[in-house]
Amino acid sequence: MAERERRGAPPYGGVFVARTQVLAADELQRAIWRMAHEIVERNHGADHIVLVGLQTGGVPFAFRLADAVEKIESTRPAVGSLDVAFHRDDIGIRPVLPEAPTELPEDLDGKIVVLVDDVLFTGRTVRAALDAIHDFGRPRSVQLAVIVDRGHRELPIRADYVGKNLPTRRDEAVNVTSDGVELGEVLK
Amino acid sequence: MKHLLQIDDLDREGIENLLHLAEAFAEVNRRPIPKVPALRGKTVAMLFYENSTRTRVSFETAARRLSADTMSIAVASSSVAKGESLRDTAQTLEAMGVDAVVIRHHAAGAPHLLARWLDASILNAGDGWHSHPTQALLDCLTIRQRLGSLAGSQIAIVGDIKHSRVARSNVDAFTKLGARVTLVGPPTLMPPGVQTWPVEVSHSLDAVLGQMDVMYLLRIQQERMTEPLLPSNREYVRTFGLTTERAAKLDDSVLLMHPGPMNRGIEIAGSLPELDQSVMVDQVRNGVAVRMAVLFALLGSGNQMDSMLPAAATVGAQQ
Repeated sequence: MAERERRGAPPYGGVFVARTQVLAADELQRAIWRMAHEIVERNHGADHIVLVGLQTGGVPFAFRLADAVEKIESTRPAVGSLDVAFHRDDIGIRPVLPEAPTELPEDLDGKIVVLVDDVLFTGRTVRAALDAIHDFGRPRSVQLAVIVDRGHRELPIRADYVGKNLPTRRDEAVNVTSDGVELGEVLK
Repeated sequence: MKHLLQIDDLDREGIENLLHLAEAFAEVNRRPIPKVPALRGKTVAMLFYENSTRTRVSFETAARRLSADTMSIAVASSSVAKGESLRDTAQTLEAMGVDAVVIRHHAAGAPHLLARWLDASILNAGDGWHSHPTQALLDCLTIRQRLGSLAGSQIAIVGDIKHSRVARSNVDAFTKLGARVTLVGPPTLMPPGVQTWPVEVSHSLDAVLGQMDVMYLLRIQQERMTEPLLPSNREYVRTFGLTTERAAKLDDSVLLMHPGPMNRGIEIAGSLPELDQSVMVDQVRNGVAVRMAVLFALLGSGNQMDSMLPAAATVGAQQ
């Protein structure tokens, strides 16, 4: 779920009610396979790749992409996690609190960093992540992989690898779990 | 939460939330570039009416690592020396647009007065004998990192309890987190009314030595004593000093803590701070993380600290 949806209703998101299933678990896994293929194709293998999951929704998918890349290339890319709470631009407007640890492997100088998140919505989390990444070194390039791109960007940001393009209304919510992708609403 | 004046204002959950936040900032402090833009554009003033090295530098470091601007008022060389009152000094600061004032004052209650007068957030960095809340929080964090939890642990606070704001705040915080606290010292250095505190009192260090998980040592605050309360330093060392002989009887897992500044050779033998079980350096390091957490909670989280949920509850709520 995108950060904005999760923070949407006080105190922390209402109840998510699914209306339709967009991807089933097996379709989600196929999308991950395709994305893993695209990542190694574009970067000529798995060397120098660091998959960085954005806390909290992106982290499990960073691990699943790493599993898939390992099966394809027989080398496992490094995996890390990043919490961007302190880099967000809505500090002071809404509660912004860290959720889970940041753990990045070694330093990122010269690495290809692939940021991984579950839902790409306004792009503000990714903007914060780009900022945060630079405190850890100077990657050769930074790319973005998302399971669902639901549109409604507020910043000039796009994803390099997309599991599913999903046109949505602003007031809808997208829930991504290991069981698949659902479209619905958050009821307050 | 608008101000941090005393541990009393926090309940157990409030303390644990701040410690949780402090752990996140401890991670920031381990980064190659230990700085985040969280409090960009905020101004934090340091108003220190009493000498301090570690607390002032720690607060300044914390504010800068959050990208806040800091101003430091050295009282001795400011208008205070010309006779300006606390209220006038504070209102001058406020007129310059500060968002938070970190104050240390020799009079108990001075931060509370400021909180009444100003719109800015007030952080108590020690007021008289009364309270030093960030010290208590960093001590809790240090113990938690080493022991896993404070619940059920036995903590001895040894020395000049009477004049110690650190002891008052720590008793409050430790007991709220479920630790059992024993105060150790001569009767002359026990505060009046100690029998109403939620603690045990002992006048013999040797009697409690074997039962403790944490030995928390305090400095004898000669400068606050208005009458002779101790026969001599040598006498104190013999009965209440943590000498190498006494330390040898302690288990290796017992933590030795001290809020600083230490008087080596009096409350603690000169060689003991170098032991692995001495965590004074951890305390100082955690001080920066805890003060970042407090500043962020007061200035950065949209005053939503009260409704903060632990990470697990947040993740669960979306499914």
